[in-house]
Amino acid sequence: MNTNINLAGIKMKNPIVLASGTCGYGRELDTFFELNKVGGLITKGTTLKPKDGNPPSRICETPSGLINSIGLQNPGVDHFIQYDLPWLRKQDTAIIVNACGSTIEEYIELCKILNEQDIDGVELNLSCPNVKAGCLAFGTSYEGVKEVTSKVRKVLDKPLIVKLTPNITDITESARGAEDAGADGISLINTLLAMSINIETKKPYLANNMGGLSGPAVRPVAVRMVYQAAKAARIPVLGMGGAINGKDVIEFMMAGATAVAIGSGTLRDPFASVKAANEVEQFMAKHKIKDINSIIGSVQLHG
Amino acid sequence: MASIVLAKLVKKDIIRSDIFKFSVHAPEIVNTTKPGQFIEIQVSDEVEPFLRRPISVYNVDKENGILEFIFEVRGIGTKILAKKEEGDNIDILGPLGWGSFNYEGYKNIAVLGGGIGIFPLYELCKNAKNDANVHTYLGFRDERAVMLEKEFKQVSSSLTITLDNVDGFAINKLRDDLEAKNIDIIFACGPLGMLKAVQELAKEKNISCQISLEEKMGCGFGVCMGCAVKMVNSSYYKHVCKEGPVFEASEVEI
Repeated sequence: MNTNINLAGIKMKNPIVLASGTCGYGRELDTFFELNKVGGLITKGTTLKPKDGNPPSRICETPSGLINSIGLQNPGVDHFIQYDLPWLRKQDTAIIVNACGSTIEEYIELCKILNEQDIDGVELNLSCPNVKAGCLAFGTSYEGVKEVTSKVRKVLDKPLIVKLTPNITDITESARGAEDAGADGISLINTLLAMSINIETKKPYLANNMGGLSGPAVRPVAVRMVYQAAKAARIPVLGMGGAINGKDVIEFMMAGATAVAIGSGTLRDPFASVKAANEVEQFMAKHKIKDINSIIGSVQLHG
Repeated sequence: MASIVLAKLVKKDIIRSDIFKFSVHAPEIVNTTKPGQFIEIQVSDEVEPFLRRPISVYNVDKENGILEFIFEVRGIGTKILAKKEEGDNIDILGPLGWGSFNYEGYKNIAVLGGGIGIFPLYELCKNAKNDANVHTYLGFRDERAVMLEKEFKQVSSSLTITLDNVDGFAINKLRDDLEAKNIDIIFACGPLGMLKAVQELAKEKNISCQISLEEKMGCGFGVCMGCAVKMVNSSYYKHVCKEGPVFEASEVEI
């Protein structure tokens, strides 16, 4: 049975990836399981300089999911390189750094630095809904995605995956923007902009008023967008959005994803990704699937 | 180090209406649990509700592998949890929180608790009493809200119970006793107003103080950065589940 996949030039032993923002820089989850059990890890969204993040409350549970507004709290790329990367590199898993900036210049500067590091790839975050400047502002149009991506492409030789937002009318436009700018892959979906109000206080539960919705609640939207993006672009897709178990991973792959990230599922169960990897193998055995790559995009639409 | 166990509910007690005490068999967890730490419970195998429920540890019996926690039914998660019966298994992640109560080296300890915030203080009193005088002050809204009086009496050198509507707040009794009892540290858990007041008191009297905090939590083990607490004189946030839930009172802005 072959579970190896190649995502945008990044070789992985299985198609399960830990999603950005739900695995830190790996150390906490390493206390539960060996990180070599998953194909890859995408770091917490990392910026050029340290970022404090948003005031609490930052989390609000909603039907079958949650809204978060962390605001990209992270120690900055220098800290990551000095303290986290040396340890993380020793773990036998692909390392992808989620990179975010508030200006195009910041994205370029950050990716120049990342290009010199021993990492397997970069996930360019053009879709965080929780910071005031940058990120999402670039991610909501063909031109915006293409502009940032092509400028980053010039300074980054490593595999470049562009993370797309679902807060857009037509996902195929941003997918094509990434492809036309020379990205090696796309990942989607980031969280859906959302809001939840405490009717007793008349105030939103989140201090930032709005945040990003994730969890099983968004999965059907994510599967649909992965399907559309995979059809529209020729570069591989890293699917995510409410995938919490092996069954969900298979669904995303059938929709067209080459690999699938487990995000909110880890918050509920730190072992979710490891269990998903086992469940994928069980599915393959049951259905006599020799190569996991054979199911990518295998959905059969109704006539 | 935290682990996930399916712990059997061996005893279910009703403390008072809507407040339950569960005793579960979880030797893997109790072996490493320190006072002040918490657990996270997945109340349903389905994805609704989605997140685990953080609940503080009330008491551990290392010899018999028993972990006790007390919770109030407040929302959908605790409502489902309260329906579990003796013999049922409960999915528990723990122990969690790298910031536990640090009581070693202190001789005259004051423990201040309010309402349902008193639960994590029992294990602290029990352990601290081995080497120190433990003076406990528990505040309740009114007579009907009082609970666990007998239990706390057993693990305290002295126990003062106050009723808000009769005696005023518990912290005022503590303030009166500080010098006479030679208090060298205060530990507190309770409503935000109480924690702010004890923070002020500790600063004014220049006494060490550690407080246990609450914040809406995503993961419980330090990856989502959800349960943020602002540090004093800084724009930096630490996290209740990781650096906490117990913090130096002088370090946090609440």
